[in-house]
Amino acid sequence: MLVKRDTTALQNLYILEVLKGLWITMKNMLFVRHVTIQYPEERRNYSDRYRGMHYIKATNGVENCTACMLCPTVCPAECIHIEAGERPDKEKYPVKFDIDVLRCCFCGMCEEACPKDAIKLSKIYEMSLSTRKVYDKDYLLEQRGHK
Amino acid sequence: MNEAVTTGFDTFDLVAMGLKIALIVVMLLQVVPIMVWVERRGSALLQNRLGPNRIGPFGLLQSLVDAIKMMFKEDRVTGHVNPFYFRLAPLVSLIPAFMTFAAIPFASHITLGDKTVEFQIADLNVGLLYILSITSLSVYGVIMGSWASNNKYAIFGGLRSAAQMISYELSMGLSIIGLVMIVGSLKLGDIAAAQGAALFHIGPLAIPKWGIFLQPIGFLIFITCTYAETNRLPFDLPEGESEIVAGYHLEYYSMMFGAFMMAEYINMTVASALTATLYFGGWQLFPGLDLVLASAANHGLQGLAFEWTRVALEAACFTLKTAFFMWLFVWVRWTIPRFRYDQLMNLGWKVLLPLSLANIFVTGYLIYLKVL
Repeated sequence: MLVKRDTTALQNLYILEVLKGLWITMKNMLFVRHVTIQYPEERRNYSDRYRGMHYIKATNGVENCTACMLCPTVCPAECIHIEAGERPDKEKYPVKFDIDVLRCCFCGMCEEACPKDAIKLSKIYEMSLSTRKVYDKDYLLEQRGHK
Repeated sequence: MNEAVTTGFDTFDLVAMGLKIALIVVMLLQVVPIMVWVERRGSALLQNRLGPNRIGPFGLLQSLVDAIKMMFKEDRVTGHVNPFYFRLAPLVSLIPAFMTFAAIPFASHITLGDKTVEFQIADLNVGLLYILSITSLSVYGVIMGSWASNNKYAIFGGLRSAAQMISYELSMGLSIIGLVMIVGSLKLGDIAAAQGAALFHIGPLAIPKWGIFLQPIGFLIFITCTYAETNRLPFDLPEGESEIVAGYHLEYYSMMFGAFMMAEYINMTVASALTATLYFGGWQLFPGLDLVLASAANHGLQGLAFEWTRVALEAACFTLKTAFFMWLFVWVRWTIPRFRYDQLMNLGWKVLLPLSLANIFVTGYLIYLKVL
């Protein structure tokens, strides 16, 4: 749509307006600091509440998880798959603990539901891998980004 | 075998001419990667970004890497294009871009023995007409490429380019006439030399008779038209990436696209050099530098050493003037948004054309009154 604007004769000459515009861009070049974050060297500082890569908290090398199935129940994306087993001392533990990260929506409900403080979300946001790594129990137990 | 002598071409002339041509061609080829770098870094800095800074010092080698990428890209022609004209078009737009610089003087002359070497490949007596006609040839490459692409956006781009070139070529030609009337010659060497005289003096400093002081309106019209002629923003309607994707080079890739881009940047160089030559004294030294040179001569810089210093300074001044206008191209590109098509035509036909005609009449009247 053509919007009619009130312009003065001086503005219609363009010349002064063009010079003003050139001065604005030059001012930005000379006096305004760049906003670029040079990624691998500089990193954006995220909040402590940031929800990134999952891990399973372990005490003395044994996972806290008791395979109570609260996290797969609460998970809205249904991306947690647990197979429960029994230890010799009759304690319940997860034999398999896979997270389908492609389905995960990083809502953090699993972390909230967990009674044992076992599944947690770290601040790590670089989650791409060069191998076809599944987020299985061994991988999640590596205590990445422990907090 | 003696015919070569009778035509007046001896070894010295041939070597000098070969060196000059080599200098110009290498300079024009080198200006493309540097300008691409300036464009990318400059646009980034104007927008509070950093731009490519990883490869080489300040990212200077980025263009080299880009060129290698372009050369090694797969060069295949899609089924719906006309292969012959599709491949021909980049050359048709690239070659005129190289040809135009031949008539532009980049320094005055030097006397070696009994020979005088002009620092200009060809001092044509129709130099200005030659440049105007060759630059208008480059639109054929654009139209040919767009038509051969057999793509609606490309054809839009080509048609826009043709219309824009025709409208602005007119005002461009007319805007120079005022200057030609004052100088009385179409030779670019004469035009550059004529701007050496002093307009007035401030103390020992002589303000030279540059075209910008004699023809300010002509300069404004001319520089506006050069932006339209080189298809640069604010008149880059043939490309218009937000409306017609990429316009005439939409179907192009690899080095064929690279040739179009090279042609654009070389046209920019030629337009900047022409602006510097016509309106900013060309190779004439900046005001004040002549005093420095004279004092150097008083302190024992004599003979051939003095002559070569003078030529080097002149070439440096010419390069600086050209570089400023090339930076202006980049600066304006990232400042002024694209014109709408009707605004473009309005500006060309209703503003610039009458203004350039009026400029000719006023200049003629002032020459009649012996003011200019």
